Amino acid sequence: MLLSTPTSPHAHTPLDTSGLMRLVILATLPGVAALTWFFGWGTIVNIAFASLIALACEAFALYLRGRRVMFYLRDCSALVTAILLGIALPPGSPWWIIAVGIVFAILIAKQLYGGMGYNPFNPAMAGYVVLLISFPLEMTRWLSPLGTFEGSVPGLMEALQLCFGGGFDAHTMATTLDVFKQGAGLMVADVWQQNPQFGRWGGLGWEWVNIGFLAGGCYLLHRGVFTWHAPMSMLIALTAMAAVFYDGGSSASGGSPLMHLLSGATMLGAFFIITDPVSSAVSTRGRLIYGALAGVLVYVIRRWGNYPDAVAFAVLIVNFAAPFIDHYTMPRTYGHNRGGSD
Amino acid sequence: MRKVWDIPGGVHPPENKAQSVTRPIASAGIPDVLIYPLSQHIGAAAVPLVEKGDLVLKGQMIAEAMGFVSAPVHAATSGRVTAIEERVIAHPSGMHAPCIVIEPDGENRWIEHSGLEDYTSATPAELLSIIHDAGVAGMGGAGFPSAVKLSTRPDTPIHTLIINGTECEPYITSDDMLMRERADEIVRGTEIIAHILGVSSIIIGVEDNKPEGIASLRSAAEHSAGIEVISFPTKYPSGGEKQLIQILTGQEVPSGGLPSALGIVCQNLGTTVAVHHAVDRGEPLISRIITVTGDSCREPANYEVLLGTPASHLLELSGQQPELCERLIMGGPMMGFALESAEVPVVKTTNCLLAPTRAELPPAAPQQACIRCGICAEACPASLLPQQLFWYATAKEYEKLEAHNLFDCIECGACSFVCPSNIPLVQYYRASKADIRRHHLDHERSERSRARFESRQQRIEQEEAEKQARRQARREAAQARAKEAGTKQPSRSDAAPDAADVIRAAIERSQAKKQAAAAQSQAQADMGIEPDSAQDAIDRAMAKRAAAAAAPKLSPVEQLQNNLASVQSRISKTGEKLEQARTTGEDTVSILESSVAKLEAKRDQILAEIEELGDS
Ligand code: SF4
Ligand code: SF4
Repeated sequence: MLLSTPTSPHAHTPLDTSGLMRLVILATLPGVAALTWFFGWGTIVNIAFASLIALACEAFALYLRGRRVMFYLRDCSALVTAILLGIALPPGSPWWIIAVGIVFAILIAKQLYGGMGYNPFNPAMAGYVVLLISFPLEMTRWLSPLGTFEGSVPGLMEALQLCFGGGFDAHTMATTLDVFKQGAGLMVADVWQQNPQFGRWGGLGWEWVNIGFLAGGCYLLHRGVFTWHAPMSMLIALTAMAAVFYDGGSSASGGSPLMHLLSGATMLGAFFIITDPVSSAVSTRGRLIYGALAGVLVYVIRRWGNYPDAVAFAVLIVNFAAPFIDHYTMPRTYGHNRGGSD
Repeated sequence: MRKVWDIPGGVHPPENKAQSVTRPIASAGIPDVLIYPLSQHIGAAAVPLVEKGDLVLKGQMIAEAMGFVSAPVHAATSGRVTAIEERVIAHPSGMHAPCIVIEPDGENRWIEHSGLEDYTSATPAELLSIIHDAGVAGMGGAGFPSAVKLSTRPDTPIHTLIINGTECEPYITSDDMLMRERADEIVRGTEIIAHILGVSSIIIGVEDNKPEGIASLRSAAEHSAGIEVISFPTKYPSGGEKQLIQILTGQEVPSGGLPSALGIVCQNLGTTVAVHHAVDRGEPLISRIITVTGDSCREPANYEVLLGTPASHLLELSGQQPELCERLIMGGPMMGFALESAEVPVVKTTNCLLAPTRAELPPAAPQQACIRCGICAEACPASLLPQQLFWYATAKEYEKLEAHNLFDCIECGACSFVCPSNIPLVQYYRASKADIRRHHLDHERSERSRARFESRQQRIEQEEAEKQARRQARREAAQARAKEAGTKQPSRSDAAPDAADVIRAAIERSQAKKQAAAAQSQAQADMGIEPDSAQDAIDRAMAKRAAAAAAPKLSPVEQLQNNLASVQSRISKTGEKLEQARTTGEDTVSILESSVAKLEAKRDQILAEIEELGDS
């Protein structure tokens, strides 16, 4: 009998790429649940519709490129992109916003660059930024979180109507970060009092959303899906920046570190976006620098930029910087001098 | 207590060692047939000393070593040579190679042999020749002839001997069992090796997952001065030679060099026992301990096996159920290679036969795209970036591969093991390394012929120039004479210096050229290129012979060996010349000295490469 003769190693860890992607999807659950609780079913509708389109786009692109469609679809990477973009978009976004974002993310930011593993930019964030630049009005209209108005958040039917019906008469209001941006001159305490959308530490609802993503992120860390380097370094850099520029009083100081940590897309960015392996720096040291740079940029753009939240822009910028970071952080190989050229 | 260092990276595959340590080492007995490949994994092939039909005795040398990196082969029992023919051998590519086949007669009659009374009264050279003649070779990894590894050069003093008892591969327990049952023999062999090397510091490194082995070794080494048994945390691949050195000394073997550059020599645990048998008993290396394990074996265990025994014999002993097993691995699951058939004989380097069931080691899942997760980089003990290497390997960017230190990859497989996209990274590296080596060899060959061509070209030009100068001088002299005759004006004495000047100038020119040529050929000698045309012819002939012999493509090891042979012969030739120059007091001594040094450095490098290849 002729035996099979594969090459070494013959053993393999049980984790595979599709499994990793499924874990990531699973880990978004707490955050998505919090979003749904505070903002209604809009996020779920976003995610569902985005996933449909994403799978269709991915299948179409794979077919055009002559790849095995089912095999590559099963790596779930398109699904992850769709879910992340669905989370990032305002709940109740019109269907065409979602469609444009996904088509850009999958077809242009991912497949046009060569597909999975070759994209220099995080597809979800690339799609998000394109939408933000093209449709600023729709993209900054967030529903009011539960507890800031009488009544309830949109249910499933309402959310579907928001998405496909076009009518937009639900309660909307500026997000915490928005208010902060425009409320210069007031004392933080005043801002807090005057605006019902502020919660205990950050934005009402947002703090729970962030805690949800933090929990999901910790689960992924625990499962070894990524290492702590990039997320921790981003959060520490953001905290440090906020602490340096926070004077404890006026809103011109840019908000407390805690508010920055628990507002907007901070935790989503730290654990689900900059940990995207494809577009990040590769070495451990590189990831520390990469994360720190992202944290600093998030603060800088939030504080001095023109857009209220900054994670998407910061991520695209650090994606761009990743190859340079890689170049300067090549680990020293065994048996080579510290000079490197040996 | 000695400090131990951590190595970067590393992985923790399931150990699966408990299955095979429940029984004591058993003898595997005498099989129906013994098969001896003439080339035992590394080193030049040995040359048969017997013919078909000959009767041989146990311990009789049946093939002698050829060349520098080679070891003889001995019969493991008495019997008759039934064939010398091609058989499948233990090789990653499942190739056939010439083998001596012996049918045992069951009498197990020893050839006359005797050991040394007292090894301390023997010189290192005598001991080395005993070890060489006993066919002792590294018993883990490359199977590098031990005598070669132990013969040190006066200019690289050795101060530390490291015995590698790490056994970091999952499943394998042969060294563990050796420590538990034969610690005395290990210590004895270690002492002999230390005596040969004249070292004072001896470390036996063992992973801490073998507490029984460590305890037994410690008590055996109690009365032996200088032997330290050091245990350190279990992690794959701490048993790699370079990794072990880093763990025990905190030092790194320079890239492309040998441990001797640090004053360290590493030996495998099993080798110490073989050295002990060779020196104290006069017994050649004819058997070893092999772990036979895997879920398809009913009774996984360690056996003392005669070299040459077919794998099938061992599998039968351990109650293996072939229907449950679709791949058979020689070595461990991380670095072992899959056998094409169970008729392959075990060799000096075989430490394990692994017969897993399908559920135990499932076939590799299809390769997916690299998601650049960096998990591989975190696992790499050499601090390489496997994902970048993979990227460049698929793009065949050889320069980038070398710039990213592909050749420092020890092919441990940790990266492939963890890669979530199931990319067989090591396979890509092996292929790229082979490609690059071939590339370099071709390049070197063409460089050499270019140098030859250029020096010939120069010689022709020089001759041409001299001729030209002579012609010119004659012509001018004639002109001068004609002038003189025609005008009668200038005196003879005016013309003569003219012609003389021209000739002198021509001579000076040609001398300058000659000097330049000499300088260049010196430079060539410095670069290790023999200006000697006879040498060229030898090289050419050798290259041709190698090429002819290599009609089926040469493996990288074989190519390196050819290189090694040629470097070796150049060393001895240049050495002879150096001796001559020294006795006659010629001024070429320093040039020759430096070229010998360079050639030797080159030889070391090739040796390191061969060893590395063998490790894989
Ligand atoms: S582990 Fe595999 S998928 Fe991850 S970076 Fe390395 S090669 Fe790519
Ligand atoms: S096989 Fe090579 S690249 Fe992969 S982990 Fe081992 S040394 Fe590093």
